[in-house]
Amino acid sequence: MGEYPDTYKYSAEHEWISVDDGVGTVGITHHAQDELGDVVFVELPESGTPLARDVVFGTIESVKAVSDLYAPVAGEIVEVNEALIDAPEVVNDDPHGAGWMIRIKLDDPSSVDSLMSSADYRKHIEA
Amino acid sequence: MDDEMKKGAVTDRNDTGGGGRYLSLGKSDREAMLAAVGVADVEELFAAIPPASRFEGSLGLEAAMSEIELVDHLEELAAGNAADRRVLSFLGAGCNPHFVPSHVDALIQRQEFLTAYTPYQPELGQGTLQAIFEFQSLVCMLTGMDVCNASVYDGASAVAEAVLMARRLARRGGRVLLSEGLHPAYEAVARTYARYVDDIQFEVLPLDEHGRTIVGQIDDEVIAIVLQQPNFFGIVEDLRVAGEQSAAAGAKLVVNTTEAVAFGLALPPAEAGADIVVGELQSFGNGMNFGGPLVGFMACRDGDKRNLPGRLAGRTVDVDGQEGYVLTLSTREQHIRRARATSNICTNEALCALAACIHMCSLGRNGIADLARTNLAKATYARQALADRGMPVVYDGPHFNEFAVRVGGDAAELVDRCLANGVVPGVALGRFDAARADQLLVCVTEVHSKQAIDRMADVVAEAVA
Amino acid sequence: MSGGSTPYASRQGQLKQESSIFERGGHGRVGYSLPALDVPAVDAVDAWGAELVRQQVAGFPEVSEVDVVRHFTRISQHNYGIDLGLHPLGSCTMKYNPKLHEQVARFRGFTAAHPYMPEAASQGALELMWRLERILSEITGLPYLSMQPAAGAQGELTGIMMIAAYHNKRGERRQKVLIPDSAHGTNPATASLCGFEPVEIPSTERGTIDLDALRRAMDDDTAALMLTNPNTLGLFEEHIDEIADIVHAAGGLMYCDGANLNAILGKTRPGDFGADVFHINMHKTFTTPHGGGGPGCGPVALSEKLEPFRPRPVVVKEEDGSYRFDDDRPDSMGKIHGFYGNFAMMVRGYAYIRAHGARGLRQIADDAVLAANYIKERLKAEYELPHDRHCMHEVVLSDRRQKEHGVSAMDICKRLMDYGFHPPTVYFPLVVSGALMIEPTETVSLQEIDGFVEAMLAIAREARDDAELVKGAPHTTYHRRLDETLAARHPILRWEPRSDEVSEPEST
Repeated sequence: MGEYPDTYKYSAEHEWISVDDGVGTVGITHHAQDELGDVVFVELPESGTPLARDVVFGTIESVKAVSDLYAPVAGEIVEVNEALIDAPEVVNDDPHGAGWMIRIKLDDPSSVDSLMSSADYRKHIEA
Repeated sequence: MDDEMKKGAVTDRNDTGGGGRYLSLGKSDREAMLAAVGVADVEELFAAIPPASRFEGSLGLEAAMSEIELVDHLEELAAGNAADRRVLSFLGAGCNPHFVPSHVDALIQRQEFLTAYTPYQPELGQGTLQAIFEFQSLVCMLTGMDVCNASVYDGASAVAEAVLMARRLARRGGRVLLSEGLHPAYEAVARTYARYVDDIQFEVLPLDEHGRTIVGQIDDEVIAIVLQQPNFFGIVEDLRVAGEQSAAAGAKLVVNTTEAVAFGLALPPAEAGADIVVGELQSFGNGMNFGGPLVGFMACRDGDKRNLPGRLAGRTVDVDGQEGYVLTLSTREQHIRRARATSNICTNEALCALAACIHMCSLGRNGIADLARTNLAKATYARQALADRGMPVVYDGPHFNEFAVRVGGDAAELVDRCLANGVVPGVALGRFDAARADQLLVCVTEVHSKQAIDRMADVVAEAVA
Repeated sequence: MSGGSTPYASRQGQLKQESSIFERGGHGRVGYSLPALDVPAVDAVDAWGAELVRQQVAGFPEVSEVDVVRHFTRISQHNYGIDLGLHPLGSCTMKYNPKLHEQVARFRGFTAAHPYMPEAASQGALELMWRLERILSEITGLPYLSMQPAAGAQGELTGIMMIAAYHNKRGERRQKVLIPDSAHGTNPATASLCGFEPVEIPSTERGTIDLDALRRAMDDDTAALMLTNPNTLGLFEEHIDEIADIVHAAGGLMYCDGANLNAILGKTRPGDFGADVFHINMHKTFTTPHGGGGPGCGPVALSEKLEPFRPRPVVVKEEDGSYRFDDDRPDSMGKIHGFYGNFAMMVRGYAYIRAHGARGLRQIADDAVLAANYIKERLKAEYELPHDRHCMHEVVLSDRRQKEHGVSAMDICKRLMDYGFHPPTVYFPLVVSGALMIEPTETVSLQEIDGFVEAMLAIAREARDDAELVKGAPHTTYHRRLDETLAARHPILRWEPRSDEVSEPEST
């Protein structure tokens, strides 16, 4: 339904991941950007960085707050969304699409299975 | 004559101990407020303090002084300093004797500047914010750097923070090379800050016989090199070698200054490859005040600005599209990032930075060059005057407004003998390094006339003999 | 006399936008005066070599003294200051700045004093520092002082560094520092800077520190507890004696944040309730002027245990009555300031305390605490009060009731500007949602307090009846709701010559 694509998986820290052919695109959810307010800066690592699951891979800032970004799965970063450097507001405008942050080559394709479905995530944020 | 005047009684007036003129509640006000709060006595409001911790009785302080008595007392204390008697002083070493124009001091005493709070509510602080923005801009122009903060406590803590910033940018600890020409007190403060971080090792780069830092090849464990311009001994460094070496090794070149007037003439550190420029701006608009308050600053390249500590003022627009200023990039700071802040600092030296800003504006591009040329000329004359009387320089490299001479005996004792004749010819360097006990650091600026310099040279020559 | 004061007459309507100093001026204008050179001129190119000499400082203006004075006078008019009115900022203790201080601090014997002047010729400055240390020792109940830190945050850093030095000297590498959840952001920042791991201790529903949580967390790997007392909710830690015992029994030290000293002058002393180190904000309790953000002065008072670790040099009084600096301090934590601290602010603070004496200081605490409680009583009908009991010198309210109408603490702040007041502190402490932290201080009159109270009550009514009016505030200030998002997304941090375009605001 609408806001939270069914094809994505979601983490408890409000990240989403969309996997295609072993590569997962990761961003933050609509709920997360709404709580954060106007995004002013996103700090992302370099391509090639290996990530363990649940590790902090970057930060996202609004005027008054800083939040950590957590890796929903383990893998190696193969692409970083450079457009966010000059246009961090894209995260607010289109968090599930153009606001993507990193692409990870998954170490283990089944690691997304333990993440939440869109229905579960909607329950999670209503709790 | 009515009864009250006859009795001379204090009736309804505040009898509150000293400082009563700074209180605005009268007796009846207090009664009304106590009634509104529902207590009979103000002591009830302190009931939460456990009896074991209550302080009973009166603090052991001297009796309150009236304004007249206070002025007398403070005049006496001020008179206990030789500066009051216009001793002819050539002391510098990071706290510099420059002239502060009267309009600078008049402007900073405007209550809107003097008594204003930090402009977290920008609608009420545009004066402060615009002044900070102009200050930041001036320092960028002076140093050639892209971004400057709103000031930090002093040059010494700026150097310390620069070392920590270089460590953050490198994302690791490592070796930090400090020039022997860095002010000893600045080195001490940097070491204090770095001690608790555990993974920084300092090494000292010595000076050559001309007084310039010897910068050899640098290995990739080094995260920063710190040089001072002009250095502690007054020598003008050639920063370009350090710039090249640090770039090749991937280390940050930190350039510190304790005498920013030099940049009226000296190459901006950015052009020599500096990554971080820090230091002290007390020379502009601020008296010496026994060493404080001062005005430190930190400037960096645009790409590193999110790692720069301290406040930053930025330009923006308001809801009506009108241009204005706000404090910005606050997420670096302690009140948001808390444990992961770039620093714990939450003050800048706003009023002192304002004074420096006003003075720099008043000098303008011609004035700052004139001022620097004046300082250079005076110091050159003084150096020659002392050389003619048998006191050679320690280093023969080019200097700005300070230089070190050998006095052929204990310099501290020499200073004491000169002081008895109303002259303090410089800082005896034995206080920093026993090996330099025979060295004197002389600072000469626009405040020293030719006659004053001649007199100093004569008094020193006599005292040496 | 009925309540309600007359708001000061706003001059905002007469103000105009003042452009940057860099856009003023013109070729040939001069704003300075130097005597003609009486020694031979020196060409820097000859003296240093051309490659070390710069071009002119591009961008520095060419303006007259008149241009400078007009520019800064005009922009100053866009500032609100203590002399204009109340700044009820919790934990900032914004009180009147006596003009006497500006006069005495400008005596030539002080302004021209050089820190390296031989001590025999600096006796006045040394005596002032020594006397101030004795006074602050009496006020805090702690035997030793360091005046060296340049501001409160630096004082805090000094305190925690001394604590680290203390444990290291005893051969113990303790890793943790305990910090209440209501603490100021500098506390965890300072702990991290000193290599400690900050561990958060929750508060109870009563607003004070949870003793059981403290007991569980306190162990021999904990270097210290950082406590603010009275705390940031304006409440005194009633179990302070037990708190100190818990910390000391495990070999830890108690660092006490002195931001709220104004409430306890002459009533209780940190040294008596177990603090090992207590920092003082001279620009709060002792009214050195805020200056738009500094300079401050942040001395620390400390116990016997920490004495050897004080920053160097320390001020010493000799038997013959003379004063000197002692730099021979082998266990000193080192230096935190290039010289001795912000001496000119010490002069001001010293004058203030000498003007008061013991009774005067106690009266400050009485009036400050009475004023805060009065405001609490009058506002609690309209604003949620998380802790309904006697507060100390500040009271924390919440915007919860106003949020029901969509009005936030920030909106209330902006609307207060229309009534002629500087807003209180907001969104701190973090333990109260939508916090409004109000501290009137002892210097404010009942008329002005009532004026503030009536403005707050009016705004509460407006929040119910006309929320848009509050949400759209301020309406009468020259600048309104400056775009902080734009400033953070596309930072412009220095002046550059530019085109005439004005950016569109990115968000409201």
